[in-house]
Amino acid sequence: MLELRQVSKRFGGVVATDEVTLEVKGGEVHALIGPNGAGKTTLISQISGSLASDGGEIRFDGSDITRARPHERVKLGLARSYQITSIFKRFSVLDNLALAVQARSGSSFSFWRPVAAESALFEQARSIANEIGLLRKLDFVAAALAHGEQRALEVGLALATRPKLVLLDEPLAGMGPEEAQRMIALIDRIRSHVTVLLVEHDMDAVFRLANRISVLVNGCVIASGAPETIKANVQVRRAYLGDEVAA
Amino acid sequence: MRRNIFIFAALILFPWAMSAADSLFYVSFASRVIIYAIAATSLNLVLGYGGMISFGHAAFVGAGAYIASICIAEGLTSAWLGWPAAIAASALAAWLIGAVSLRTRGVYFIMITLAFAQMAFYLVNSMKAYGGDEGLTLPRRAELGFGLDLGNEVVFYYVVLFFLAISLYGLHRIMQARFGRVVVAIRENEARAEAIGLPVYRYKLVCFVIAGAVAGLAGALLASHGKYVNPNVLHWVQSGTLMIMVILGGVGHLWGGAIGAAVLLGLEHVISDYPIPWLAAVAPNYQQHANLGVGLVMLAIVLFAPQGVAGLLSRRPRA
Repeated sequence: MLELRQVSKRFGGVVATDEVTLEVKGGEVHALIGPNGAGKTTLISQISGSLASDGGEIRFDGSDITRARPHERVKLGLARSYQITSIFKRFSVLDNLALAVQARSGSSFSFWRPVAAESALFEQARSIANEIGLLRKLDFVAAALAHGEQRALEVGLALATRPKLVLLDEPLAGMGPEEAQRMIALIDRIRSHVTVLLVEHDMDAVFRLANRISVLVNGCVIASGAPETIKANVQVRRAYLGDEVAA
Repeated sequence: MRRNIFIFAALILFPWAMSAADSLFYVSFASRVIIYAIAATSLNLVLGYGGMISFGHAAFVGAGAYIASICIAEGLTSAWLGWPAAIAASALAAWLIGAVSLRTRGVYFIMITLAFAQMAFYLVNSMKAYGGDEGLTLPRRAELGFGLDLGNEVVFYYVVLFFLAISLYGLHRIMQARFGRVVVAIRENEARAEAIGLPVYRYKLVCFVIAGAVAGLAGALLASHGKYVNPNVLHWVQSGTLMIMVILGGVGHLWGGAIGAAVLLGLEHVISDYPIPWLAAVAPNYQQHANLGVGLVMLAIVLFAPQGVAGLLSRRPRA
């Protein structure tokens, strides 16, 4: 589904991602873990297209998207969520989701017909709201939602574009245990119809959800494989998992 | 909606009331206000709804004013030719300037739009065939046909009022439609808009071109109104005036541009035409510095009503 070949990004003298080669297979939840500053978010931005790569090749669903613009990648079915919540804060929950549905359903160069008349948009938006557990908050302005709900909307915006693969950048960031459980359950629900590349620090979530795990350290993938293999990998334990797994 | 109809009913009756009071000067003055209202409304689309702080909107008003004037000066007096030409020229200018400017953001966008407008200002200044820095006096206003004489202040008033109505209704429809939702979404969170699959640059450019085209129409009307055009119509101060109108009236409010134009031009008129005796005794020349009063009002608005006059009048939040 998604293939990275020797993908790199440098910021001046700093190498953020260093010839990363990685494959995400259709239908799996692939976790990308690594210490802070390992280059995980940079890699997500390169895959989604908001950062141009300095080298390497990115293939998605059979086509080369290395040079594609972010919105073109979304059209192909590649969506992302952000580590730092990025939603339309002054829009209602329903309008947030309807906008994302609208973005994926034909051109928006329509100047006369009111959006309100397009019931299909809002129906789809409601079904996404149901999926992310915000059906009862449809009319809330996004800024007024609790943190966990905003994070759910963040993921919902990505899902509303009907992606084949969704890049989730730390969906559990800043969440309390209860909210985290809800998010884990959500990711568990969507995995039946969307492939997931999950960046996450919460090892509990990672080991519960992931079919495969890749470990990024200093911009390099040092290991990639099934969760048990990763757990057992000495290099990984030394570099990152450390005491958490040993204990 | 009812309030909008009420406002337009009052505007329709205005010339009748003025001729009853025998003060046709105010009909002409109102036409000027309405033309500026159209121009400011077009800037509000870009600045208020789109969040693009364009500091060169006068270039599009000016392009329209000059193209329409040149048509008349060359003997092509039909409004049916001159006005569409003005609209087309301004749309083209907006497309060219926008295509480059919209690749930048923030302060750079402000500066590059300003730079383009100033380039246009100096270009027009050097057009000796059309008056250069002295401007171009027109023998007459454009001709509309159908027995409508634009030289008649009341007829002219109704024509510009018609265009204001169309502009406001058009803006209202656009903002309810898919395009308007996208424009506001880009203002709210551009990176996210791109990340849900919207080709942000293309939408911004189209928005910019629409606003430029409407500004061009305002320019054409302005030239006919005064039967005169000079390079100052493109000067950056003019761009600033339009911005002040939008901010005074209400950024991102349907009526923002119109209210701002009325308040600003009304204020200027009152300050310069109605002397306040005690103030004149202290500062004899104060009436030549109407901007001082405007500045104070501006300060009050920014401090106490950041949503502008429209924000004060409306309970609904802006789009």
